[in-house]
This record gives sequence, structure tokens and C-alpha cells, in this order.
Amino acid sequence: MKSLINLIEHKLNKEKIQFSLEIKDILTLKINKENLLKVFKILRYSEELLFDYLIDITACDYKEKNIFEVIYHLLSFIRNERIRIKVELEREKPEIESVCSIYPGANWFEREVYDLFGIKFLNHPNLKRILLWESFPGYPLRKDYKLEEEGPIPTLEDIY
Amino acid sequence: MEELIELNIGPQHPATHGVMRLKIYLDGERVKKAETIIGFLHRGSEKIMENLPYQKAMVWTDRMDYTAPILQNWAYVLAVEKLLKIEVPERAEYIRVILGELQRIAAHLIWLGTHLLDLGLMTVFMYAFELREKILDFFEEISGQRMNPSFFRIGGVAADTPHGWLKKVKDFLPEVLNKIIEMDEIIQKSLIFERRTKGIGVIPPEMALEYNVTGPVLRGSGIKYDVRKNFPYSVYPKIDFGIPVFYDGDVYSRYRVRIEEMKWSIKIIEQAIEMIPEGDVLINDYKVVPPPKTKIYNSIEEMIHHFLLVTEGFPVPEGEVYASVESAKGEFGVYIVSDGSNKPYRVHIRSPSFANLQILEKILPGHLISDLVAIIGSLDPVFGEVDR
Repeated sequence: MKSLINLIEHKLNKEKIQFSLEIKDILTLKINKENLLKVFKILRYSEELLFDYLIDITACDYKEKNIFEVIYHLLSFIRNERIRIKVELEREKPEIESVCSIYPGANWFEREVYDLFGIKFLNHPNLKRILLWESFPGYPLRKDYKLEEEGPIPTLEDIY
Repeated sequence: MEELIELNIGPQHPATHGVMRLKIYLDGERVKKAETIIGFLHRGSEKIMENLPYQKAMVWTDRMDYTAPILQNWAYVLAVEKLLKIEVPERAEYIRVILGELQRIAAHLIWLGTHLLDLGLMTVFMYAFELREKILDFFEEISGQRMNPSFFRIGGVAADTPHGWLKKVKDFLPEVLNKIIEMDEIIQKSLIFERRTKGIGVIPPEMALEYNVTGPVLRGSGIKYDVRKNFPYSVYPKIDFGIPVFYDGDVYSRYRVRIEEMKWSIKIIEQAIEMIPEGDVLINDYKVVPPPKTKIYNSIEEMIHHFLLVTEGFPVPEGEVYASVESAKGEFGVYIVSDGSNKPYRVHIRSPSFANLQILEKILPGHLISDLVAIIGSLDPVFGEVDR
């Protein structure tokens, strides 16, 4: 773990990227959303790191702090280590660059986050809802969406 | 430019456990383009789990991959235990391993049966389901449930094994092994099976990495990754077992991976039964685990503990955690954010079927429409888990 921290610090400092590293259950890297693609390219392609496997993308709604957090989990087969990357977004205008160009498999994960949180992924090849239908009102996993007795029912046009 | 025929397959069709609509564009009998449409089984599990106390949220994990519920329990319980920093008694860990591997065999058997039924081999379907029923009998005996046991608890397992249960499982194992070998022989002899699976639905290793598939699909493409070995949990480091890898990346390799995996699972159970120590199966912390019934009836303090646990649950320290297990389909991960209250602030399930299914649109084009069923079946998607 120690060498990984040094390596990431070294690589990111060279590019003059602001970040903060923390050890929680796994190594957690916090970055700004402007640097997202740069950092992902470093993590994915530099030969010592080689985080070539995207496990998961998800988000979390911190309503009191008025932010969304997008959370990426990456895995490196060679190092056999995991890393978590967190990016904060403003709640009013949740937009972030898509990582589909680096990890094509991010496609569905990003669509799911868009579907349930309403976070827009810029330059995504096919950004539309995946689990719910297109005209579904609201974004269910946001904290201001209340868990109701009965939700809206789709019409046939919504599905087909 | 010829015109393509648009064809809808599903939402109901035999190759999946659940509902998925597949929109394919055909040129004659060849698939030119495919589009998967999912979400028919979406129940908002994550939202519901966020509104339930920790121990009550657990039953929702059973209903995701309903062919392998115990393994989902495990991932969730691991995540909460990591947050609480609980050490589980060793006997409980071994019971978990035994149940988990039994469940893996049962899940693979249901896959084997239905997959081969799709390909036209009826006999194996009957064999596989008979065997699976017998394995589910063990689950019924230990937990009272066949399909959704919810047997794991935060801090251990719900109960000790019934008298003679371990011996019964041990005596049953050779039968499973023989049946699997027998089924494998029948399948290998079938020319139809060979022609319909070899070279079909090939996933090259680079594509498998790009589209982040896990489990037998990844190992069928020649990449050796198994959470049990790479990020060991529970008592797996103490157990000696191997990870089968095949290199062709077609439907046939994925079939071989699963067959070999079942054989390894049997070896794991054998070792675990031999190594299992005596002792408790639940921790003694009554803030987290309900006290035994005899104590509840005889002491007011334990009664209060029990009452509080049932009505309010227990608070979990602030923090976030990601825990994953090797489920029958691949890496099943649970990400929990806790704000210090008795309910999870955010639960996210990284389901293997969801990630595995994504690759379908990529590998279908170029195949005949009759290969479609074989390819979908080989990915083994379960839609309770895809849609959550």
C-alpha cells in the first residue's frame, strides 16, 4: 500500500493535480471534477499502476452539504490492489465527464447513475435511462425523493 | 443496402431467469445489431434498504440473485461487520464457507439444467434439478427455508448446525461429485452440444477487461481472477483450492469453468467439514446480536436488549465500506455509507450480472439467431440482480 501511495502522489504531483489521499477500508483518492479524465488516464495507462479494471460506479447524495459524490472503484490485477476515487459535484448542476472513452464498460454504470440520481455524464455515447422508463418523474435515489406507498405506473407507450 | 428485419425477443423467454427484452436487427438469419432493454424487474431495492435498519435490510439481499441467496447475504454481512469492526467466531466462518459453497453448487446446477434445456438436452436438466433439490434440503434443515434462507447474521450465523447435519453433508458429497462427472460425460458425448458451443460467443480477454465482466465469464476468457483468492475473506486462506481457467472465451469454456468450479467447491466443503472447530456461532455482544431466548425470558436486561434490537436496531459507526464476495456469477460487492444512525445512509450493490450482461450487445452481432439462446445462457444473468 505504501509504495502505491508514493507512486500516485508522485504521478499526480508531476501533472500538478490537486488531490487528497486517505486510507479508509481501501485507499481513497479525492479529486476535482476538472481533473477526472487526466487522473483516470494516469491510473489506467501508466505501467506501474495499471488500474485496468473498473469495478463499479455509483453516487451518493449528501443533501445537507448540498453535494453529490460520484464514487469509482478501480482494481489493478498486476498490483492486486483496489482504489476508490471520489468526485464532488454541486447539487444544482450535476455534470461530470464520462469515462467511457477509457473504460468502455462504464457505459451501463453511468446510465444507471444518470437514471437514479440525475447526474449528467458529458460525452457519454448513449445517455438515457436504463432501469426506469423515459418519462419517469424525478430521480428515486436522491434523498428528497420520498419512499411512497405506491409509485407511478408506466403506460404501454412508456415501455414500447 | 438490404433492409434489416427488426425482431423483439422477450420480455419473457426461456434463456434467462427473469425478464429481459432483446431487440435484434436481422439480415436473413444473422444478427447485425442487438439492443438489450432491462428494468422490468426493478424494485428499488437500494432505496428500500436505505429506509430499513441494518439487520432488516439484509433480507433484500436474498431476493436479488434468487438462485444463490446465501452468497449475497455474505457480502452484505461482511460490509456491515467491517464497519462495526466485529470478529466473527471461527465456527460461524466455517459454517458460512460450507453453506456458501453448497449454494454455489446449487446455483451452477440450476444454470446447467436450464442452459442445456435451451440447447435441447433434456436429460441433464432432470439430473441437475434432482441434485439441486437435495442440496436445498440441507438448507431447509439448517434454516427452515429452501429459497430465501436469510441465514447469516451480522456477527455470525443464525443457528448452529442441527445434530448430524455435517455428517449428512459429508456423506452426500461423493454423490454430487459422481453425478456431476456423469452429467459432464453425457454432455461431452453430445455432438449437438459441441457444435452449438465451440467458437460461439467468443469474448477475447481484452474485451472482457474493457467491459469489466467477472466470475466464470472472465475466467472463461483466460483471466485468473477470483475474489476468494485475490482478496481473501473469511477462512478461505486456510483452505486449499484451485481456480479453473479456460482460454477460448466461448460458450464452451464458460461451461467448462463452471463444471470445474463445482468440483472445487466439493473439495472446499470436504476440507471445511474436517477443519470445523467447536464453539459459538454468534458473537456475545447483545447490542448487535439478540440474546438467546432462554435469557430473554429470565432477565429484564436481556429483554430490553432484545426489544431495542427488534424495534430500533443498532447504530453503526460513521464511515464507508466496500466489501465483496465471489458469488456464483462473479464479484458481488456491497458499498455502504453510514452516517452513524441505525439505517444505512446509502447502499449500493455492485451486481455481477449487471456488468456481465452489458457485453451481450457486443458479442451478439455476426451470430445466427439460434446461437442467441446459447450465448445469453452462458452469461448466466439473473434479473433480480440486474435490475435490483
